[in-house]
Amino acid sequence: MNVLYFAWVRTKIGKGREDVTPPSTVVTVADLAAWLRQQSPGHAEAFGNLACIRAAINQEFVEPDTPIPAGAEIAFFPPVTGG
Amino acid sequence: MTVRIQAERFDTGAEIDTLAAGNTAIGGVASFTGYVRDFSTESGVTAMTLEHYPGMTERMLEQIETEARQRWQLEASLIIHRYGRMTVGEPIVLVVTAASHRQAAFESAEFLMDWLKTKAPFWKCEETADGREHWVDARESDDLAAARWGGLPCG
Repeated sequence: MNVLYFAWVRTKIGKGREDVTPPSTVVTVADLAAWLRQQSPGHAEAFGNLACIRAAINQEFVEPDTPIPAGAEIAFFPPVTGG
Repeated sequence: MTVRIQAERFDTGAEIDTLAAGNTAIGGVASFTGYVRDFSTESGVTAMTLEHYPGMTERMLEQIETEARQRWQLEASLIIHRYGRMTVGEPIVLVVTAASHRQAAFESAEFLMDWLKTKAPFWKCEETADGREHWVDARESDDLAAARWGGLPCG
């Protein structure tokens, strides 16, 4: 599963992209965030407050309860601050 | 309709002239140019770096522009958003809308900026004169975020 990180999610984790293999119990975006949080101290910090995290699947915004399709590109990032 | 994501500076006047050239149905053009200012959550900002999500950025801006053109009768529209490092006073974003009448141009330009602010995947990291860097918070979304995730507000 290909996961992308942006902005302070990226800097806290220390990389912009990683390939992960979560257990089959990880079904939704929220499941994945909760599992990723346990992977390293950096992950724990990045995913420490899920209220601050947004997600996209295949480059479209998704809600936390969205199931992750096979082969998806998943991205986690803070609320956007462009413009 | 055009969407451009670029590192290079742009010239608002030249972009408007190009957009309007040759279309005599255009009665008016509205534009908004956003600049790097020297204060945000902190004072003494000297520069900022805009990170974005290549691919999703283009996709979201195109969706936003399509939505505007469904809501208003526009003759032409343009969104330019920069990424990378830029210093105080440099332009960051440009929205231009052209229509037969001013109301559609004004309203759609404001709509594009409002939607862009909440839907385009860009993140600002500011630098201050003392060499520190900090990510800009999206404060207005905190309450909504907390409700959706059932967690604590950001910060």
